[in-house]
Amino acid sequence: MTQSLAMRRRLAKLWPGVWPATCFAVSAIVAIPLLTVLASVFQSSDGEWSHLAETRLGDYVRNTLWLAVLVVSITLVVGTATAWLIETCDFPGRKTFRWMLLLPLAVPAYLSAYAYTDLLQFSGPVQTSLREAFGWGRRDYWFPEVRSVGGAAVILALSLFPYVYVAARTAFAEHAASAMEVGRTLGRGPWRCFLTVALPLARPALAAGGALVLMETLADFGAADYCAVDTFATGIYRTWRGLESPVAAAQLSAVLLGAVSLLVLVDLLARRRRRFHGVSRASRPMRKVRLGWRGATAAIVVCGLPVVLGFVLPALIFGHMAWTAGDARAREVVLDFGFNTLWLAAASGVIAGGLALLVAFGRRVSKSRTVRSAGRFAGLGYALPGTVVAIGVLVPLGWLDHAVNDATRSLFDWRPGLIFTGSVLAVMLAYQTRFLGVALGMVESGMTRIRRNVDDAARSLGTSGGRLLVRIHLPLLRGSLLAAMLLVFVDVAKELPATLMLRPFDFETLAVRVYQLASDERLEEASLGALAIIGVGLLPVIVLSGLLESRRRSQTHA
Amino acid sequence: MRRLVLATVLSFLVSPIAALAAGEVNVYSSRHYDSDDELYALFTEQTGIEVNIIEGNTDELITRLEREGDLSPGDIFIAVDAGRLHKAVEADLLQPTQSDVLAERIPETLRHPDGLWFGYSKRARVFVTSPDIDADFVTTYAELADSKLEGSLVIRSSSNIYNQSLVAAMIARYGTEATQNWVDGMVENFARRPQGGDRDQIRAVAAGEGDLAVVNHYYFARMLAGSDAADREAAGKLTLIWPDQQGDGVHVNVSGAGMLKNAPNAENAKALLEFLASNEAQKLWALANFEYPVVEDSSLELPDVLVGFGTFKSDSVNAAKLGENNREAVRVMDRAGWR
Repeated sequence: MTQSLAMRRRLAKLWPGVWPATCFAVSAIVAIPLLTVLASVFQSSDGEWSHLAETRLGDYVRNTLWLAVLVVSITLVVGTATAWLIETCDFPGRKTFRWMLLLPLAVPAYLSAYAYTDLLQFSGPVQTSLREAFGWGRRDYWFPEVRSVGGAAVILALSLFPYVYVAARTAFAEHAASAMEVGRTLGRGPWRCFLTVALPLARPALAAGGALVLMETLADFGAADYCAVDTFATGIYRTWRGLESPVAAAQLSAVLLGAVSLLVLVDLLARRRRRFHGVSRASRPMRKVRLGWRGATAAIVVCGLPVVLGFVLPALIFGHMAWTAGDARAREVVLDFGFNTLWLAAASGVIAGGLALLVAFGRRVSKSRTVRSAGRFAGLGYALPGTVVAIGVLVPLGWLDHAVNDATRSLFDWRPGLIFTGSVLAVMLAYQTRFLGVALGMVESGMTRIRRNVDDAARSLGTSGGRLLVRIHLPLLRGSLLAAMLLVFVDVAKELPATLMLRPFDFETLAVRVYQLASDERLEEASLGALAIIGVGLLPVIVLSGLLESRRRSQTHA
Repeated sequence: MRRLVLATVLSFLVSPIAALAAGEVNVYSSRHYDSDDELYALFTEQTGIEVNIIEGNTDELITRLEREGDLSPGDIFIAVDAGRLHKAVEADLLQPTQSDVLAERIPETLRHPDGLWFGYSKRARVFVTSPDIDADFVTTYAELADSKLEGSLVIRSSSNIYNQSLVAAMIARYGTEATQNWVDGMVENFARRPQGGDRDQIRAVAAGEGDLAVVNHYYFARMLAGSDAADREAAGKLTLIWPDQQGDGVHVNVSGAGMLKNAPNAENAKALLEFLASNEAQKLWALANFEYPVVEDSSLELPDVLVGFGTFKSDSVNAAKLGENNREAVRVMDRAGWR
């Protein structure tokens, strides 16, 4: 008896259990492309690295840092301010703005960049009419430069702030009422309550939203490229193509990956020992502050501007282009490519949701530090540009393809061809590597709201891991899981470089079509495709907004 | 039995590839014009051979082909730049095509000596200037570095392959050191940080942001003959200059195609390569985009816009040099601080 117990203990040490093992396995598969990239550090780049360090690297570092700081700051301010107004104040149009503030999520930053550079550059309609109206020459006036770090930051922020907005709204909805009440009874004004009570309570949620924004910013290629800003992401691409050094390009990516890992580590240390549960699950609906006309006007401007600039204006610009010029083949193209985009995004969303659930659950029940770190590592791909992920996918899958073909040839004298790199499998793996982090973030934040004592109680009643996951966690996580799938859906629908590199024969998506036309300077023809991307992106936004509402209602009625 | 099951499972997984059976040709292309689709449809109509396309940036296609190795389903490789065609040669991706048709119809300077690739259209890198300045303002590439151009040159980023090929051609003509001085001088003359595409440069000159733009001729032609009224008006104000007409001639590039080394459908691939040199194909490949056809045939009438541009002398730099010097060109531009 004691012997078998000792045996089981030893076994448990070797074999951490099925859930942690699954978590580890999923993480390992997703991490393969990342590890491929990291392995490049040990290769020689034939002097390209020192050439880069002497010429371009300084710019890459400076611009990337500036862009990251600016985008994160702007999104935090805009996301928090709008969420606060929506959750705690009452003003005309509030109910409409509540969901409209999610709309910019449907517009990928590179599309805004196409639209805004076209509109605001020196030869664009705005500056041209200014010059005509006032008879100005080239150096007679000042106008903000769209193609600059600042321009790129604003454009990125406009399409990314909803990440912070969603996170902040959830946090404010959960904490604001009770926190404000406490603050008020202690005699503090609304501003001080916001700054000293609500904001600190919302910090973890804001940090999570800000982290998503940061990762998206670091990985952005399209908007930075179009705005003529050289960042790590554009530099990686240029090093690979122009200097023809895939090794130096991979080393640049490894530096980026290292920086992100460092950030994650800092965040981890900062949050150590802290577990944030809702102050009270059954918080009462908050009585909203009715704003006077001045306050209401200000609130409408604050909420309306991001919607107009982040959604309405780009959509109108593309709508105008499609109306006046358009693409002769548009309808057929949009239907065909739209269908591909839809099913690819939907499948990836579902897979990512499932994998995130497995990884998050594995990390929760595992005591092994290795398993938990592996789970975290699996989420890092989000900060890598799609191009890099694609290289990381091509190398191991290409190897696997050749191995399989060699094996089947020697065994059956038959070669199946490119099973992995020649089919959607490669694109799918790339999407998981790149976007599992998004899904994981959502699911894990949902899981932290399930108290540990729920798990303990279930366990003490003899519930197995599988039953715990399916019967207890899953119902509680329904909302977070759906949100995770939807965010991945939007991201995949917008994704460009990895799709461009890995998609199989005769397989086009909307983003690829739009990019190809735009890179060929045929923006007018790309306009309908652009509108279609925005349309596809709207679907999950609508669901997401409904979800946020129902969560709010269920919380207030609980 | 086990073999059957394995085969079934695998063929299910590979269904997109299994579809590429006989009677087809698989094209890896970095051209993506709608007229290309008409081109392939015409080929299918004439020969019954289906054309499967994978489009992408040339470098990405090359990387992909290298990874696929002898398992690649690709038959034809198409690139819009001689430098990239050369990269495919260097990566040992292409095989020679022996064809009397191609040898007869395509000039020797516009195809690979061993038949590894064939140019099907010519694109020239020209100057577009404002008519406010006198006609002899700048007539050579060398003068782009002249201080009289200070603050008036607009050009796109050095990440762009057309600029890389131009600099690579200059390295082939004058050597790295002289080219470095030239590029340094050019950067001094920039009217603004390099940004946007070729059409953006033309628009900038039309709007007065600079006096001279370096662009590929067909962008200018497309604006002149396009559907956008504002672009037509902007381009209509400007003049095209053919550089180096007294010297080595204007820098031209080709877009072209070659047969891939492991082509599973080599016969079909050869048929497509020959078809591309036919008059109907040249109309769709070159003229539909305002590029110059490579085939000299009186029945191939140039569009009015190109007729308006007049005749010109092309440089004789071997297209393969562009590829060989590309990396050096990028380093030169990096050192000069050309964004």
